[in-house]
Amino acid sequence: MTKKPISQTPPLAACAVTRDGGAVRVALAGDWRMGATIPDVQAVAAALQGSEKPASLTFEAAGVTGWDSRLLAFCLRIMRLAEAAGVAVDTSGLPEGAGSLMDLAVKVPERKGAAKKETAESFLERVGEVALGIGQAVGNLLEFLGEVTLACGNLLRGRAVFQRSQLALLIKQAGLDALPIVSLISLLVGLILAFVGAIQLQQFGAQIYVSTIVGIAMVRVMGAIMTGIIMAGRTGAAYAAELGTMQVNEEIDALRTFGFSPTEFLVLPRLIALVLMMPLLCIYADLMGVLGGFIVGSLMLGINPVQYFSNTWQSVPLANFWIGLVHSTVFGVLVALAGCYRGMRCGRSALAVGQAATSAVVTSILAIIIATAIITVVCNILGI
Amino acid sequence: MVMDAAPPRITVKNLDMSYGDFVIMRDLDFTIRRGDIFIVMGGSGCGKSTLLRVLVGLKEPAKGQVLYQEGSLWEVDEDSRDAILRKTGILYQRGALFSSMTLAENIAMPLQQYTRLPAKEIRELASLKLALVGLAGFEDFYPSEISGGMVKRAGLARAMALDPDILFFDEPSAGLDPVSAHLLDELILEIRDSLHATIVVVTHELASIFAIGNNCVFLDVETRTMTASGDPKELLQNTTDANLRHFLTRGEK
Repeated sequence: MTKKPISQTPPLAACAVTRDGGAVRVALAGDWRMGATIPDVQAVAAALQGSEKPASLTFEAAGVTGWDSRLLAFCLRIMRLAEAAGVAVDTSGLPEGAGSLMDLAVKVPERKGAAKKETAESFLERVGEVALGIGQAVGNLLEFLGEVTLACGNLLRGRAVFQRSQLALLIKQAGLDALPIVSLISLLVGLILAFVGAIQLQQFGAQIYVSTIVGIAMVRVMGAIMTGIIMAGRTGAAYAAELGTMQVNEEIDALRTFGFSPTEFLVLPRLIALVLMMPLLCIYADLMGVLGGFIVGSLMLGINPVQYFSNTWQSVPLANFWIGLVHSTVFGVLVALAGCYRGMRCGRSALAVGQAATSAVVTSILAIIIATAIITVVCNILGI
Repeated sequence: MVMDAAPPRITVKNLDMSYGDFVIMRDLDFTIRRGDIFIVMGGSGCGKSTLLRVLVGLKEPAKGQVLYQEGSLWEVDEDSRDAILRKTGILYQRGALFSSMTLAENIAMPLQQYTRLPAKEIRELASLKLALVGLAGFEDFYPSEISGGMVKRAGLARAMALDPDILFFDEPSAGLDPVSAHLLDELILEIRDSLHATIVVVTHELASIFAIGNNCVFLDVETRTMTASGDPKELLQNTTDANLRHFLTRGEK
């Protein structure tokens, strides 16, 4: 919007204020563009607040060589000052275009009270707010769990409404697509367990018991926990982000207005997919873990392969296998619920979607660890 | 006409646009002059928004040139392209405000990046831009806290942050009530007149086309090329092209 060639002198803007009877005249000169150093409005403020209140304020811009938004911002500040002092402003002296933009800027009055104020909160206020927040969060969670329970009831009665094709796709995403990462991690966990065990057992010449350690650890709990954590990061976060984005795009509202229950239509298939796939993935992870132990056992410790497998088979009670499956089923429920809950309660911005995905993973992992502790204690009491 | 005397600001030559092998528009040739309010119009799905993406450097054309005054957009190196595009501002269809920032922060971001102004002055410039679009006092609001029409205007304020001399509008009146749409049209005219900016508007809103446009190009979805250009009001009087007539009269007769 430069109308005149750039002056060769360093950019300098000047503002001279003169008092002419009842009128204040603000004479602007120089370059008022982005690179310039611009003067303070102090002089104008002083003229406006002088002992004798001026009747009007006029601008004069004959000496302005170039201008952009900075000139406008400067004038706007002066006009706000004049407005506060009750002095009429005449913008006709401003450069062509600038005057009409100034009129445009003050046409819609500043919305009073719209600007937010930072208010300092007392300690008690904050404690109270946190407490209310927790209460509300618990209420929200219970409401969500209630909705899911009702949806499950409808499912058992064969009345739940969701797309079967969608369910098939979700099962593939949660099951088949997760195989590579589950293979890699369980195999490595098996290897690590075997290594750690081997170093200790070698001292007693009891290398063969590596198979027992790896077998029991993987089948009873590690296989389930590792798949649970993988699925929390992989699928739980995906559910939260997906449902969160649907929330942002008002897709969930659209479902509601069509008379679909979002819980049945979106949460239920995801819950089913994970509850079905987690135990299968867990069994697969158990096998991969045992395979990892086998690699260390046969290649490093020189255990006979047949002996390794038969020892694993004999020393791992079947009960451990069932306990592992119970773990993984519970984890499937937890990961699906955490992901969907965070997604369904997501706010309407990009930031909120990110927060939903993050908190879905954190909630899932926390829930997995707590659930493991509870199941372990229960098993201990029951003596299995 | 006086406008024809103005120097060309953007010239499009022999432009073809495609997605993969599928050519959606070919042989586009038109000139946008300084001070124009240039309308890109056509039915839904004809490639209006794609053309906008090509003009603002987001999508590479299959063939042809986009000549800015400073150089050919798709033939210069990336730094020069950025320099050319810094003189443009874009209002996206849904505002595209950064949802994690307040309105003032949205507008301040390009200023912080490209100028060395102190924080206080940047804040002042942000307030000025908001005042220009009628949102004075809304500095500390987040985009999710204001209405759709206000998001559009805030998007315009952000587009104007760096005092561009070309402004692109993608469907400015989409989703606005007639009064708000009219006010936005007035604002566009006002900005063109005060800033001597060049304005490119992608729209199919007939009321806007006739109210603000002084030059236009019509993209025909059937023949996949431009079938007309010029002043939309004159086109309405003189055109013989059935598709264009259909478009300009909302399919009547």
